[in-house]
Amino acid sequence: MARTSNGTVVATVVLALGLAFPPPVAAQKSGGILRSYNSSNPPSASIHEEATIATAMPFSAVFNNLLMFDPTKPRNGLDTIVPELAESWKWDASRTRFTVTLRRGVKWHDGRPFTAKDVQCTWYRLIGKDPDDFRKNPRAIWWRNISEIAVNGDFEATFVLSSPQASLPALLATNLSPVYPCHVALKDMRTKPIGTGPFKFVAFDSNKTITLAKNKEYWKPGRPYLDGIQYSIIASRSTRTLAFAANEFDLTFVADITAPLVGDVLARSPKAVCELAPTGVSTNLLVNRDRAPFNDENLRRAMTLAIDRDAMNSILALGKSSISGAMLASPHGKWGMPKEMLMSLPGYGGAPAARLAAARKIMADLGYGPAKRLKVKVSTRDFQAFKDPAVLLVDQLNKIYFDAELEIVESSVWYNRAIRRDYSVALNLTGSGVDDPDVTLAEGYACKSERNYTNYCNPQVERLLAEQSQEVDQSKREQLVWQIEKILAEDAARPIILHNVAATCWHPHVKGHVLHQNSIYNNWRFEDVWLDK
Amino acid sequence: MGTYLVRRSLLMVLTLFGISVLIFVMLRLVPGNITDIIFDSAGFVNERQKKKIERELGLDQPIITQYGRWIAGLAKGDLGYAYVSEKPAIDEILPRIPVTAKLAALALFFSILFGVPLGVISAVRQDTTLDYVLRIISLSGLSLPSFWLGLLILMAFVHWTGWIPIYQSSPGNLWKEIALLSIPAAAVGFRSSALVMRLTRSSMLEVLRQDYIRTARAKGASDTSVNYDHALRNAVLPVVTIIGIEAAFLIGGLIVTETVFNIPGVARFLVEAIRWRDYPIVQNLVMFIAVVVVVVNFLVDMTYAVLDPRIRYEG
Repeated sequence: MARTSNGTVVATVVLALGLAFPPPVAAQKSGGILRSYNSSNPPSASIHEEATIATAMPFSAVFNNLLMFDPTKPRNGLDTIVPELAESWKWDASRTRFTVTLRRGVKWHDGRPFTAKDVQCTWYRLIGKDPDDFRKNPRAIWWRNISEIAVNGDFEATFVLSSPQASLPALLATNLSPVYPCHVALKDMRTKPIGTGPFKFVAFDSNKTITLAKNKEYWKPGRPYLDGIQYSIIASRSTRTLAFAANEFDLTFVADITAPLVGDVLARSPKAVCELAPTGVSTNLLVNRDRAPFNDENLRRAMTLAIDRDAMNSILALGKSSISGAMLASPHGKWGMPKEMLMSLPGYGGAPAARLAAARKIMADLGYGPAKRLKVKVSTRDFQAFKDPAVLLVDQLNKIYFDAELEIVESSVWYNRAIRRDYSVALNLTGSGVDDPDVTLAEGYACKSERNYTNYCNPQVERLLAEQSQEVDQSKREQLVWQIEKILAEDAARPIILHNVAATCWHPHVKGHVLHQNSIYNNWRFEDVWLDK
Repeated sequence: MGTYLVRRSLLMVLTLFGISVLIFVMLRLVPGNITDIIFDSAGFVNERQKKKIERELGLDQPIITQYGRWIAGLAKGDLGYAYVSEKPAIDEILPRIPVTAKLAALALFFSILFGVPLGVISAVRQDTTLDYVLRIISLSGLSLPSFWLGLLILMAFVHWTGWIPIYQSSPGNLWKEIALLSIPAAAVGFRSSALVMRLTRSSMLEVLRQDYIRTARAKGASDTSVNYDHALRNAVLPVVTIIGIEAAFLIGGLIVTETVFNIPGVARFLVEAIRWRDYPIVQNLVMFIAVVVVVVNFLVDMTYAVLDPRIRYEG
């Protein structure tokens, strides 16, 4: 992309074509079925209606976006966006109109032509302007600024925003933002989706298999290399890792191999490639700031100081998890604070013993001590990934005169309770679709966000959130984001304990796959993947 | 006998009606419904969208209306639509029944094939080395958790053969399928055969001490004739009962085995449906299992009469 003097960002067609159609390498072989597995049954095949990777990974190959993160670059950011269905794009001077020029000759899998109307109706459904709206819309907050999608002929669409939003191209580039066909009912998109992508949907047999076949009329010449993709749905982790070792699968499900398990997998399949990367899910502490005594900011501060992130990291992930604020830190993330800045925040810097002493002192000042402990239930969801860190959290809180006890909440009512704030202290895991403050910070800390489980609402943070969203200059935006991070840490607003990591493994005959490091949702088109068998 | 059959059939219908009410009410007493789970998977709750889905699925109707609609559909063979997959429930349930039925039949076959003869041998050779060995084997069959045994089998296969005997897609033909299912069936059958063996042994020991056995021996009957014609026929009644119970259990209770061996059977599907509060799937599957249990019980009662002519069912 080149930036013009008037601030308009233009992706030139030449560069776009160069990025979209890298010259094929002679060694690449066509054919074969890529065999992978899914660790759980996807609730549906409709990416727009789900937040789970169980849907996004298998069904991304059916679709295309307008823009996409460069498949060859593992770290997604505004600077790694390349064209997909949009050949080029540009902002207007006011940065409230984002116009995309669409690729011609693209067809849906049922043979109907792809046009700007499809773009319009996809985003009208997302912003609730289409009567046939989604059954659920988990990322509605991403599109809150879109007021209209103006269509100019069949091949040009303009996103009209109510205020500038620098992150819009990144939101459009994630695999979570595919273009849907207007002419297909949403019920069908949940059960037998139709896209423009490199693979056609063949079958989704609940709890058994998902089958995709090569789209022979794919608009990208020479792609995909594979004849198809087959996912088996295997609930037992032991079974699927053994099956991978037995070469039943070419590729594991994304982030399915926990850090302690990587050694086991490599012991059975010494030639396998296993890459550890952040899962996009953070473990975080929820404190009900409306409920006494947790409405006392000193108590919340003591709790923040009591968290020993390094201990949790070494116990849960052999020290491989990433420790940072709300935004994922470098080298994986784009927006995390520099280490020295992070270490100056409460709960991060200094020796654990000193932090513990400081936390105990605060507790003592509040009237607690060995003889008078603060009795509390630490609530968490009935999932192993929640329960393990929650047990450690209970132990760490008990070191500062808490008498904490674990409360396991039935999974189906967990978010109902979290949203009602029917807890005093809770441990939660939160996923983030795109490594961008407009997603991570807005979803977790904006006053009106549906995922703001603590009901944290700080006018200063609101103002800074809006400001960073509109800021074009990356370094200025970074400074604003770090200001927000500092306030969040000082307010003990939903402290992030760890950014979890896990591995994805594949056998060496799987070629052309690049695992993206700061979003598990991206690069699952498989159009450049081939099998060297 | 005819009156008994009519009475028994009416009782079966009444039992199934009671079960249908119980399933229906209990499912709705469990916290959370499908809309909660749908939103739970997305990490947020939107009351407007929740209400819309509840309306679409008819969950906003009074419970009695929902029950009436289900039973009326059931009577017409319409099981409704699965909430999660949005496909007809019958299309989701039907393909899974033969898989589970084959697995259960094979497991039952193994348990009878090994359990009954080894139980007889153990009883006849009471307190010999062979008896002790068989008792230890049966005890281990009862005490080893099936998930552990299943995983051990998988690990052994991967280690020694580089192949894993899991069910991924339907094997080409019946024989291949039976060969694949025989491995998990052996894991399940090990536990069942241990149960059958211990019961056969204790029952045989009791019978072998009866006067008529001594009389048979005194008349010069061979050991085989005494053990199998005279003793086993009388000792087998409690074994038939336990085999009946096992058969019913095997239809809906092989959750762990189906999960470990990735078998697309009824039990694993049922657990997944319960997790999603997919009422049409859960209700109909539990009803199916209930029908199997009731019918098997009926067949067990009929078998009693065949095995023991002294038993007569009068009206």
